[in-house]
Amino acid sequence: MDEPAIELAGLGRRFGERTALRDVTLTVPAGATLVVLGPNGAGKSTLLRVLAGLLRPHAGTARVLGHPLPQEGWAVRGRIGLLAHEPMLYRDLTPRENLRFHGRLHGVGRERVEEVLEAVGMTARADDPVATLSRGMVQRVAAARAVLHDPELLLLDEPLANLDPAASELLEPLVGRASGRTRVVTSHDPAGGLAGADLALGLRGGRPAICAPAAEVAAADATALYA
Amino acid sequence: MLTAVGAILRKDLLLELRTRESVPAMAIFAVTTLVVFHFALDRPTLAGDLAAGVLWVSFLFAAMLGLNRLFVAEEEQGGFDGFMLAPIDRTSLYVAKALALLAFLAIVQAIAVPAFAILLLDPSLWPVLPELVGVLLLGDAGICVVGALVSAIGIRTRARDLIVPLLALPLLIPVVIGAVEATAPLLAEGGAEPLPGRWLLTLGLYDAVFAAIAYAVFDDLLED
Repeated sequence: MDEPAIELAGLGRRFGERTALRDVTLTVPAGATLVVLGPNGAGKSTLLRVLAGLLRPHAGTARVLGHPLPQEGWAVRGRIGLLAHEPMLYRDLTPRENLRFHGRLHGVGRERVEEVLEAVGMTARADDPVATLSRGMVQRVAAARAVLHDPELLLLDEPLANLDPAASELLEPLVGRASGRTRVVTSHDPAGGLAGADLALGLRGGRPAICAPAAEVAAADATALYA
Repeated sequence: MLTAVGAILRKDLLLELRTRESVPAMAIFAVTTLVVFHFALDRPTLAGDLAAGVLWVSFLFAAMLGLNRLFVAEEEQGGFDGFMLAPIDRTSLYVAKALALLAFLAIVQAIAVPAFAILLLDPSLWPVLPELVGVLLLGDAGICVVGALVSAIGIRTRARDLIVPLLALPLLIPVVIGAVEATAPLLAEGGAEPLPGRWLLTLGLYDAVFAAIAYAVFDDLLED
């Protein structure tokens, strides 16, 4: 049996006196999708940053791709793709230059850069500075950056924000369920989020209010998180 | 590590070439400082210790501008997260930033040293140019190894524009003393004197010690 991609037990994280996450316990099997729901400030982005190894847990334990964090964070670097609110792109470089730069850091060749540029439909604007692109286009390039190194685990913070329906469809094979990767996706769309997930975590004030298979969570309960 | 250093350095040089945010400001600042010294000292020409002191103080202040901006793109445009997620030795970021600053300083000096020779210097620079380039490199290396470390410490603070010079200036005093003492004999009034081996060694040791400290602690600086 495959080792779970993510195992959290009593996970907590503070920022000074403020508790951003408290007592999060869950297991995500390899290849499954976890949707994380909750209002602004519920701790969704903090959870993604802890899973990415960018923030240390202050309580509990976290194992990602079989390795405890932060002790063995080095072992999962390069195996995670993060698409956060911040696109992690240099505004004065072009999409192609940005992706080639990240490709060099991950040991990825130029052919793969061209492949993902084409996959997100950005070949025609690949040589324009990122600063001149629309927010939707920047999001597409950011998605290309997140999957450039073919990561096993995708951490997606509202991946379809700023995207029109055609662009959303374009990204589906890369970051959607069809990608076949283990995914953790935050969403403000309870019905849509639950429909595309295997597991659901609902956060309110950093605490899990819902933690169950997505099929067992009523859309009304998920919507109530935002009340 | 070399691949990552090369990638980061290349990206930084490309960004500077495109935005011109650091080097032009540093060069203008260095030349302006020389002009201020020219009028403040009220002397037609300088030589020896005074000339070396004026030269290195101008470079030091110009370097502060570059230091303040060294990690800005990483902090403001998510570059730090990109490095943290990549399977690379994180010290490569430090090495690349120090090398980028070294390149910026070299360009600034290629402009400021001739300006210094025209505005203030009494003896000719041509006979001592190779030795001067060597001393400049040694002094610049000190500014870069200390400066890149301090810049990384300061970038995540709210008052980074204040913190970086406040930390860097005291730490760079030994570099300035060593560089001035090593440069002064080259600019002596009666003609160049031999390079002082003791000061060159002091500079080299200071550079090496700070490079070792930076190598040991830089990884932890990036951690949450």
